[in-house]
Amino acid sequence: MAKVFEKPKALTDKPFHYCPGCTHGIVHRLVAEAIDELGIREKTIGVAPVGCAVFAYDYFNCDMHEAAHGRAPAVATGIKRVLPDNVVFTYQGDGDLASIGAAEIVHAANRGEKITTIFINNAIYGMTGGQMAPTSLLGQVTTTSPYGRSAEKEGHPIRMSEMLATLEGVAYIERVSVHDIKNITKAKKAIKKAFEVQLAGKGFALVEVLSTCPTNWGMTPIEALKWLEENMIPYYPLGVKKEVE
Amino acid sequence: MAKVLMKGNEAIAEAAIQAGCRYFFGYPITPQNEIPAYMAKMLPKVGGCFLQAESEVSAINMVYGAAGAGARVMTSSSSPGISLKQEGISYMVGAELPCLIVNIVRGGPGLGGIQPAQSDYFQAVKGGGHGDYHMVVLAPSSIQETVDLVTDGFDIADKYRNPVMILGDGMLGQMMEPVEFREKETILPEKPWATTGNKDGKPRNIINSLFIDPQSLEDHVLKLYKKYAEMEKNEVRVECYNCEDAEIIIAAYGTTARIVKNVIQMAAQQDIKVGLIRPITLWPFPTDTFKKWANVDHVKSFLSVEMSMGQMVEDVRLSVDGVKPVHFYGRTGGMVPTPKAILEEIKKIREGI
Amino acid sequence: MAKVTFNEELCKGCELCTTVCPKNIVIMNKQSINSKGYHPATVEEMDKCIGCAFCARICPDVVIEVE
Repeated sequence: MAKVFEKPKALTDKPFHYCPGCTHGIVHRLVAEAIDELGIREKTIGVAPVGCAVFAYDYFNCDMHEAAHGRAPAVATGIKRVLPDNVVFTYQGDGDLASIGAAEIVHAANRGEKITTIFINNAIYGMTGGQMAPTSLLGQVTTTSPYGRSAEKEGHPIRMSEMLATLEGVAYIERVSVHDIKNITKAKKAIKKAFEVQLAGKGFALVEVLSTCPTNWGMTPIEALKWLEENMIPYYPLGVKKEVE
Repeated sequence: MAKVLMKGNEAIAEAAIQAGCRYFFGYPITPQNEIPAYMAKMLPKVGGCFLQAESEVSAINMVYGAAGAGARVMTSSSSPGISLKQEGISYMVGAELPCLIVNIVRGGPGLGGIQPAQSDYFQAVKGGGHGDYHMVVLAPSSIQETVDLVTDGFDIADKYRNPVMILGDGMLGQMMEPVEFREKETILPEKPWATTGNKDGKPRNIINSLFIDPQSLEDHVLKLYKKYAEMEKNEVRVECYNCEDAEIIIAAYGTTARIVKNVIQMAAQQDIKVGLIRPITLWPFPTDTFKKWANVDHVKSFLSVEMSMGQMVEDVRLSVDGVKPVHFYGRTGGMVPTPKAILEEIKKIREGI
Repeated sequence: MAKVTFNEELCKGCELCTTVCPKNIVIMNKQSINSKGYHPATVEEMDKCIGCAFCARICPDVVIEVE
């Protein structure tokens, strides 16, 4: 019988260390599927972040760099400028991309670096135990916003996709979610497109994936998907923010 | 090739290009701006890539990526910018990546000043970045030597897969001197460990400094230190000037060493015998040279002269190991010691002997 | 005829797969515990499986293969 679904070649055999129900696992697989379908595994170089996905170099079955926290877009720039015919992607969380790495992502996007960024937005810092992220929602209780995030004290959450989409060098930005099958399908499409944009040399491509952190949100994985749908999507609208011809 | 009159910063850039460097990532900061400017103009002409990064932090991380992809790559900055690069330098050491980092030192701490200084010795030689590590630190004293050390620096970096630093100062960066570029064919080494894609079943390469298991990390650091032991054995460079019969030996490097050579002439005219030990590698430090001269009878004491509050003097003291007294004289904040003042110090020391 | 295979040792008992099956045949096997200490997901009524692979696509741990 033909295999309808199996593990993509662009994933190694190493079991993921992520928490039960963490959507990192889903997104890793979607990225790997896109790489397989485009036949680019042997020329892809990925850049891992600091965050829960710090061990991404153990999971993606291609050449990998481990970057310092927030610096993946700069590392990717260095790689792509040296190897313009290779495919270079970064995989970053909300602390990595929107906090410490805010300058790096803005400038890589602004320069139109021909790289693909997968941005995992789960509104919290997972690896370090649940601190507030730049993308944490107002009122969200975290270990560093124990009274709930307040606009006055901590500022509003940042909509990175909309902000980056204002830059000329950006060729494609879309925000997607993975909270149900319909959205997982759309997410996969967007991720694949973000790689195709790089292959076509159009410029910077980013997919923001609304994701869950059941452990630090203090919920079951199923509850977390619901929380994402009910709370994150209203503030972070899904859809294409920029797409050039 | 004929001699050319060149500004230090530009000579550094030209030497790098001639050594086969095709990638430069940096950020403007006085007094090294001529380096990125020269690279911006010349690298495209040789098919290279210059990029002004958004910060020194970003620049060193671009260097990390490029080095990991197998390129011969460099960055340059000055003191505050080098402080920003420390995380990236530590990462490059841990990931065993080669590169050249040029520090045209200016007065510090903080925003400091833009005049020459030698107050980044500790930062360059004793760490700066976190963790157990070393870098070969080359301290040229003339623009010709700078040019030669840039070329050698890239080779040393590739040989050991470790960053190399050129510790210059604002004087060397800004002044002009005649330079000759070596007619040397650049052979870039193979880098099978670089991430260039894993075609045809070749095992994939990972550029990484994370070793979460402590035993693995210790093993990794021990591996790095084996390299450092080799560097200590093979890479020490030092100049001994006028040490035979010297009563006082001055330790000085870079711009200060040039001034000291003048002092030695002045002292000789007054029948005072002064010698100079000029470390060219600040790390590995020429400990054996200092030890040797400390144990010679006619040497009565050492004087470390630096454009700082006294940083190299600690390594001089360690090397001399209590055999003879070690004194210090310095100026800081961008002030340059005068030959007259140094000679005064020598006389003071002699009176105390 | 469609079939799903669960690599039970990889399952972390997150239960996401049980929420997406259009035939409602994906369940947690309360009778079994894998070496990680979780009840792995499983399908008992395999004859009802339509091979849509929804379960496999939401699984974060690539536990499920579909034929």
